[in-house]
Amino acid sequence: MKRLADITLPLVVAALLLGAWEWAVTHWQVPAYVLPAPSAIARAFIDNFASLMEALASTLTVTLEAFLAACVLGIATAIAFSQSRLLERTLYPYAVILQVTPVVAIAPLILIWVGFERINLALVIIATIVAFFPILAGATLGLKSADFNLIDLTRLYGASRLQTLWRIRLPNALPYLLSGMKTAGGLALIGAVVAEFVAGSGTATGLAWRIVESGNRLEIATLFAALALLALTGVVIFAALSLLEWWLLRRWHESAISAS
Amino acid sequence: MIALSGIAKRFPNGVQALDDLSFSVNRGEFVSLLGPSGCGKSTALRLAAGLLTPDAGAVTYAEGKPQIGFVFQDHTLMPWVDALTNARLPLDLKRMPRDQADARASAALARVGLSGFERSYPRELSGGMKMRVSIARALAAGPQLLLLDEPFAALDEITRNALGDDLLKLWREDGLTVLFVTHSVSESSYLSQRVLVMSPRPGRITADIALPAGRDSRLSPATIEAQRVISGALNSAIAA
Repeated sequence: MKRLADITLPLVVAALLLGAWEWAVTHWQVPAYVLPAPSAIARAFIDNFASLMEALASTLTVTLEAFLAACVLGIATAIAFSQSRLLERTLYPYAVILQVTPVVAIAPLILIWVGFERINLALVIIATIVAFFPILAGATLGLKSADFNLIDLTRLYGASRLQTLWRIRLPNALPYLLSGMKTAGGLALIGAVVAEFVAGSGTATGLAWRIVESGNRLEIATLFAALALLALTGVVIFAALSLLEWWLLRRWHESAISAS
Repeated sequence: MIALSGIAKRFPNGVQALDDLSFSVNRGEFVSLLGPSGCGKSTALRLAAGLLTPDAGAVTYAEGKPQIGFVFQDHTLMPWVDALTNARLPLDLKRMPRDQADARASAALARVGLSGFERSYPRELSGGMKMRVSIARALAAGPQLLLLDEPFAALDEITRNALGDDLLKLWREDGLTVLFVTHSVSESSYLSQRVLVMSPRPGRITADIALPAGRDSRLSPATIEAQRVISGALNSAIAA
């Protein structure tokens, strides 16, 4: 019953809002280049379906590649930090600097360095930088927060560092890591979009580029269609990672148990 | 089997936990280490296990370092795996073949009364059952020396008594040597053959009390008498 309400209530709100929107646009005769009606957006979506899907595929590819790269780099760095306090002390400040510097500001530099002929690589690098930090922070906290009595026990039984890492630290880090991954999934998409904006005309082919292009041509309905697709993509990424989190933690972690 | 002599230990925060601590435990003995909270009992146990190194003094083992089983006050189980995998941890770390390790871990679980719970996750078990898994994990290693750090302190009295009786049975059947850290006079008076009383910090041994036989139950006259003697020694240790 509660599950049903979780799904139906937001849908009812959406229907009401879209209805009010449609009514308001027709009633006050709002020009389509300012605010198109939902029906016009739907029409634009259908008319441009092929090209929008192409753009979606492009943005999604960059997002997923960046997300995977951020996962690999974030986890590897966190493992290195967990094995060497010195390394963590030395490098963590730079990870923070990378995080707090607005990526829009470094994006042009990366585009120049990587070159416009390898535009996709540049986009992936920019999106990776955006998505990297939550994974590093989550994994680092998780690896360090293992029960020290349990660590002592593995020492008592002569475990190697690798055994302790594999059997204790990594499983213990999983809830923290998955939480970081949920944030990073959304950030990878944002990073991809920002990178496309910066890359600009003629080179990028993703949804963000479609938004810029539609805006320039005053095809506002198409712009909205691309925007809706982008939002939907973000929701799907979040839902997929939440499902992964639930599936991995369902047997043992409070967060997954109370949610089911 | 194990002797601590002239042990001193100071923590990085400047607290002198132990000062000139000396005692020994003979093979097959059940010895309680009793003292007020914060007197350094747990530190002494960690030193005995080799998890800490002393600033002064030495820990020596009569016949080479024995296989040690360690049980913490908290169950310290891995929540992400089932009871069998938890009990198997020491064997997995030694890279024992899986079927052999499984057999030994299930046998250890059976000995603590947890047959049929091999596939249960820690969160599905009660506090007492979690502690039983923790003891099974220590037993799976095939220990000669069993070190327990207030293992029953967080449990209710009924569970605590049941686990105490089980521990006595394991000790008798397996010929274990047991060093049992506790702050409970009644636990030490019933379970152990010998009680070492520690002073408040910095901890050292102030009394070494050999308990007579005949303490067949928690309420037998010999047990009550032992409690009186131990309480007296503990009181003078705290007062001194």
